[in-house]
Amino acid sequence: MQDSSQGISQRPQNRVLMTRPAPDSLSVRIGGQWRMGDVSPGREGELGPVLSAIEGGGVRRITLKAETLEQWDSSLLVFLVKLAGAARDSGITVKRDLPNGLARLVDLAFAVPATVDDKPKIEKEGLAASVGARVLALGPAISVFLVFIGEFSQSCHRLLLGRAHTRSQDFFSAVYECGVAALPIISLTSMLFGLILAFVGSVQLTQFGAQVYVAGLVSIGMLRIMGAIMVGVVMSGRVGAAYAALTGAMQANEEVDALRAAGIYPVDFLVLPRVLAMTAMAPLLTLYADIMGVIGGFLVAVTLMGLNPYEYLNATVQMTPFRHVLLGLVYGTVFGVIVALSGCFHGMNSGRSAQAVGLATTTAVVHSIVGIIVATAVITCIASALNI
Amino acid sequence: MNTDTDAGTTATTRRGLSVRGLQVGFGDRVLARQVDFEVRPAEIFCILGGSGSGKSTLLRVIMGLKTPQAGQVFYGEKNFWGGDEELRRDIMRATGALFQSGALWSSMTLVENVALILEQHTDMDETDIRDQALLKLALVGLAGFGDYYPSQISGGMRKRAGLARALALDPGILFLDEPSAGLDPVSSRMLDDLILELRETLGATFVIVSHELQSIFTIADNCIFLDAASRRVTARGKPSEMARDRNTEINALRFLTRGAGGGEREVPKA
Repeated sequence: MQDSSQGISQRPQNRVLMTRPAPDSLSVRIGGQWRMGDVSPGREGELGPVLSAIEGGGVRRITLKAETLEQWDSSLLVFLVKLAGAARDSGITVKRDLPNGLARLVDLAFAVPATVDDKPKIEKEGLAASVGARVLALGPAISVFLVFIGEFSQSCHRLLLGRAHTRSQDFFSAVYECGVAALPIISLTSMLFGLILAFVGSVQLTQFGAQVYVAGLVSIGMLRIMGAIMVGVVMSGRVGAAYAALTGAMQANEEVDALRAAGIYPVDFLVLPRVLAMTAMAPLLTLYADIMGVIGGFLVAVTLMGLNPYEYLNATVQMTPFRHVLLGLVYGTVFGVIVALSGCFHGMNSGRSAQAVGLATTTAVVHSIVGIIVATAVITCIASALNI
Repeated sequence: MNTDTDAGTTATTRRGLSVRGLQVGFGDRVLARQVDFEVRPAEIFCILGGSGSGKSTLLRVIMGLKTPQAGQVFYGEKNFWGGDEELRRDIMRATGALFQSGALWSSMTLVENVALILEQHTDMDETDIRDQALLKLALVGLAGFGDYYPSQISGGMRKRAGLARALALDPGILFLDEPSAGLDPVSSRMLDDLILELRETLGATFVIVSHELQSIFTIADNCIFLDAASRRVTARGKPSEMARDRNTEINALRFLTRGAGGGEREVPKA
């Protein structure tokens, strides 16, 4: 308010002047400066008195004049459009004597009537309704997944017949991506995990003077399960997310449609080489992670616990039957398949917006980690039942 | 890896296509119903309509990317949606598609984009494929850009590269989804000239979804207008004649005359 009236007058201006020339008519004179921020054009501001005059009743006609108007912007437009809307709702005729540009802008605001029924529906639902909706959504979600699995199986079938639209270079670049390129991070995480196992174990075992059993703890722990889990978790973040983001972005950019339009099966071209590469690399990475974990445990045992290196290695070999290694490889391979399928599935079924691709990526990682844990439980039960 | 595109299918797509009683939409929503039209060989056919009239969806159904809610699409005598997936794949292989954004495979260079289709569907050897791909790029004015990635070239060039890819297997029918949307006037004109040129030289049929008036008047032989309100085809014919004809349905007329509707109208010469 303070500087809105530069040099003209220091007191607040009279922007809106109302008179009642006749009992059924209202004359509104608009003047002064209207600038966004300086003036409040709504019901709480300048429009208030006019609206109360209209709502008071008895008004049939409004004449609008703007002879003393100096400067105006959209704030005046808001005032006029709201006034015109209120007048229309109460069946009042408005006679306007406004500058040409202003009148046209007001008309433009009314040119396309506001649509009432086209508003996107935002339904507020109760607890029961939302639980119900989620349960009902489960069926279609499962069928979409089954369709994907079906397409993938067909694709494998075509691969066996030698008719799949798969390029070997895609397979090898995927092998590099999820194999060689993942070695540094697998080294770091697995070795640290071996260190942690050895540390935690040594505290307990030293109390019984059984330090040497740290070797068995670390090697059985890593080889049987933890190496595979480290690989699964790291790969779901590294590879699963990358697959989901890549295929999702291709879906959003119509690239998947372009493949189909060219008579190329998208599952053959995009999913198959990546799932195969991951399935081939997962056991190798698991083996690598096992070795790094044992090295981690060895470092703790030799440097901090003062065990004899030869004795430690000997104990490791003695205490670890080969079946643990094989079981670890089974875990690792299953995790690899889960991670790759989850990434590709969510990417291929992503929506066509940036937000949808982000969601697909997040969901792919969450589902692959949940899948890894569920698969661990299942395989562990089976293994213990079979006494492996 | 694959068998050659079978010569019979290519011949099928050389005989035009017809759409009978087609209904397209999503779920319970119908976007367009009772669509009937015929595209003669070597014709440039436009599907017109305002935003939301379902014209892109209609094109996706004709191309085989989306199942129709009702009705048939015939390529020559072959019932496209009535047949099995094998038939559809054969026909799709014998048609070419240019998507709205170009939809080039972003991890491959332009020449690889064109070559991939040839690799998958023919028994040609590597050097022949590369030569063929470079030729197709040269046809659309992209000679020398073969080793660029899609992200390194402009929007207009991406559209033209998309057209080169659509031309890879010398298809009988080409589907173009808003080919000149987002192009500057000169690039848009060049694309129109290219379409006319390809029709003359290769004898290809074009089905084009568009709302660029200039380009519609310049290239289209025939068109249908999809009305967003009534969800039907409300006008058909040669666009320049439709715009002059007083009997043309009012929404179609407004579309073709940028809202003028009647009275004084400027119609660019065809």
